Amino acid sequence: MLEELTDVPVLNKAYQSLEEIFGDFLLGATFEKKELSVRIKKDGLLSILRYLKSTVGFNALSDIIGLDNLRLGAEGAKRFSLLYQLYAFPGFVRIRLVLDVDENEPVPSVVPVFRSANWAEREIYDMFGIRFAGHPDLRRIYMPEEYEGHPLRKDFPLEGPNDGV
Amino acid sequence: MAFKEIELNMGPQHPSTHGVLRLKLRVDNEVVLGIEPVIGYLHRGMEKLWENLTYTQIVPLTDRLDYLAAVSNNFAFVLAVEKLMGLEIPQRGQYIRVILAELQRLASHLAWVGFMANDVGAMSVLLYSFEIREDILDIFESYAGGRLTVHGIRLGGVPFDLDGEIIAMIRKALADIPRKVRDIEGLLNENRIWKHRTEGVGIISAEQALELGLTGPALRASGIPWDMRKDVPYSSYQDFVFDVPVQSGSDVDDRYLVRMEEIRQSIRIVTQALDRLPPGEFLAKIPRSPKIPPGEVFHSIEAPKGELGFYIKSNGTDKPERVKMKSPSFINLQSLELMCKGNLFSDVVGILGSLDIVLGEIDK
Amino acid sequence: MPGKRTPSNSGEGLTSDGGRHPFLLTKLDHLIAWSQKNSLWPFGSGLACCAIEMIATAAARFDISRFGMELFRASPRQADLFIVAGTVTNKMAPVIRRLWEQMADPKWVVAMGNCAVSGGPFPTYSVLQGVDNVIPVDVYIAGCPPTPQGLLHGLLTLQEKIARSHPTKAIFNADARRID
Repeated sequence: MLEELTDVPVLNKAYQSLEEIFGDFLLGATFEKKELSVRIKKDGLLSILRYLKSTVGFNALSDIIGLDNLRLGAEGAKRFSLLYQLYAFPGFVRIRLVLDVDENEPVPSVVPVFRSANWAEREIYDMFGIRFAGHPDLRRIYMPEEYEGHPLRKDFPLEGPNDGV
Repeated sequence: MAFKEIELNMGPQHPSTHGVLRLKLRVDNEVVLGIEPVIGYLHRGMEKLWENLTYTQIVPLTDRLDYLAAVSNNFAFVLAVEKLMGLEIPQRGQYIRVILAELQRLASHLAWVGFMANDVGAMSVLLYSFEIREDILDIFESYAGGRLTVHGIRLGGVPFDLDGEIIAMIRKALADIPRKVRDIEGLLNENRIWKHRTEGVGIISAEQALELGLTGPALRASGIPWDMRKDVPYSSYQDFVFDVPVQSGSDVDDRYLVRMEEIRQSIRIVTQALDRLPPGEFLAKIPRSPKIPPGEVFHSIEAPKGELGFYIKSNGTDKPERVKMKSPSFINLQSLELMCKGNLFSDVVGILGSLDIVLGEIDK
Repeated sequence: MPGKRTPSNSGEGLTSDGGRHPFLLTKLDHLIAWSQKNSLWPFGSGLACCAIEMIATAAARFDISRFGMELFRASPRQADLFIVAGTVTNKMAPVIRRLWEQMADPKWVVAMGNCAVSGGPFPTYSVLQGVDNVIPVDVYIAGCPPTPQGLLHGLLTLQEKIARSHPTKAIFNADARRID
C-alpha cells in the first residue's frame, strides 16, 4: 500500500498521508506523464480538499474539468467525471483528484474551500448539467438563461439542436 | 442623503469593457456596492469544436482565444500535446519559441497600457503604444505571415527558422523599444492625474488574491512572486537570467508598474536568447496529424494575462477526446467584485482595465 | 469635386429609372454623397479579434482619419457606419439588432472579418453564421482578421458605393429606401 508511486518525494508524502487518513475514500491512484491522479469517492471530496489545502499545501485550485464518458463505453462506468486540478504554491507540484458521477447525481460544491471554484462550477453546470449542492448561485454562465440542453455532452450536436438555427 | 440603491447596466456594448462584457452594477450614489459580470456574449463553442478537429487543426484556432497574445495560446496548447506525446523539442526550436513568446508578451503589455491609459483618459498613450506594437507585429508578419493571429508556434517546434533579416528586425526593435517605452512612462508614472486615479484604487490583499485564484501580473502586484516561468520552467526558460517584478501595494498603479517592468525583462530574455541561439533543427519530426495513444495531461504556462493551461484527454485517434482550457481572465474576472466594492463608480473602468481581461479567452 | 464625370456616377443605366433623374438633383446627389462618404462616423462594434485590427487601423500607422473616419462614436445614435468586427453569437445577436435600429438613417453596415461575414471558423451551436442574418450588410470584408490594409480597402469600397447612391430620392420621396 505504501510503495513508491511517483518519483517526486513531495507527492509521495502527500499520497501516503492521504492513504493513512482518508483510505476509505480513495479508489486508486495513477502516475502517468509525471502527473499524479487520485480517484476518490464523492463523500470524501470536501474533507480531502480541505486537508490538501491546509495541511499539505495545495492552496490553489487551477481548474475543475468536466468529462463526459458516454463514448468511452466502459461497462458500469458513471456518465461523468469531475477532475479537480490542484497546485501548490510554493511547492510547485500538481495533483489531480478524479470523481465519477452519474447523470442526475448532485456533487457537493467546493466553493467553501476554494472561492475560485464559483464560476468553474457554473460552467460545468452550464455545459454538462451536473448540479452542485451548496453552490451560492448555480445558474448558466455562457448560454442564455432560458437555453435548454447542455452543449458539451457527447450527444449534443456541434451545430446545435435545431440544425444551426 | 437617503440610501438609494440603483442598478446600472454597463455593456455588453461599451467602449471601455474590453470586449463584450456586461456588468450589472449596484451603486449607492457613487459608491459601488456590488458588481455581477455577465459573460457568454462571445461564447463560440470552441471546446466542442475542438473535439471534432485534429490536434494540428486546433493549433491555429487557439490564436483566437486570447487574441492580444496569440502566440502564447499556441505555446500552451502545443506544450500540453507534446507532454502527452512525450516529444522532445530540439534546442533551437525551444529558444525560438521563447523569443516569439516574449515578443508576444511585449506586444500584449503594450496594447494593455494603451487601453488602460485610454480608459483613464490619456488617449495619446494609446496611439504611442500601438505604434510601438506595430514594430513587433511587423516582425511577426515577416516570420509567420500573420499580424494578430500569428500561428507562430506549432506542434514539434516552430514552422520557420529565424534568418538574418528577421534577427536584424528583432535587434532593431529591441534597441528602439526601451526608449519609446520610457516616453510612455514619462507621460504616466509621475503624472498627477494618473496617480490620483490609480493609487489606492482596487486594492485586494494577498490572501484574498490567492483565495480567488488570481494569477499573473495582478497577483504579482499583491506581493506574491508566482511566475510559472520560474516555478515550473518549460521550454528552456531555466537557461535565461531574468527577474520577476513584484510590488506589494496591489492597487491599480502597482499592476501598471509590474507590467512595465515585465516589458523590460522580456527584452532582456529575448536579447539573451538571440545571443545564445544554438544551431541545429528547429522542428521535430512528427507526422502531419499525429495519433496519440489514450492518456491525459494538464500543463500550464505563464501567459501575459496569467496562468494559461490546457487539459487534454486523448483517445487513441488523431482527434482529442476532451480539451479544456484554463483561462486566466476567466478566473481573474471573479475578483472584480471584491476589488471594486467600496470604490467609486468611476473607478470601475480603471480597475477593470488593470485586470487585463480578454473576452475571447473568458468566453472561449 | 462632385461634378467629376466618371462612369460610375454618370447616372445612366445604373439607376432603376434609366437615368431620368432630374439634372439638378443629380448634382445635389453628388454633393450629398460626397460629403457623406468623406465624413462617415463609425460605430465600432468591436466584438473579438477583428476589433483589435480595427483599433490598429485607427491608430497612428494606418490612420483611418485620412478618410474622415477617425471619430469612433460610442453611442449608436451619433454614428452612421456600423462596423461589425468579430464573431456575433446567438446571445449577442439581439443586441446587435437593437443597436442597428438605434442608428439614424442614412446608415451603412460593414461586416468585417470572416466571423461577421459567415460565421468564420466556428460552425457551432452558439455562433450566428453571418451578421446578415440580423441586419442588412453593405460591404463584406473577408479575412481572419483582415489586415488594416484590407479594412481600408473595404471602407474605400463602401465610399465608392455611397458615391453611386442617390440620397435625394430618399429625401424627396419618403417611401424610397436607400438605392445603391
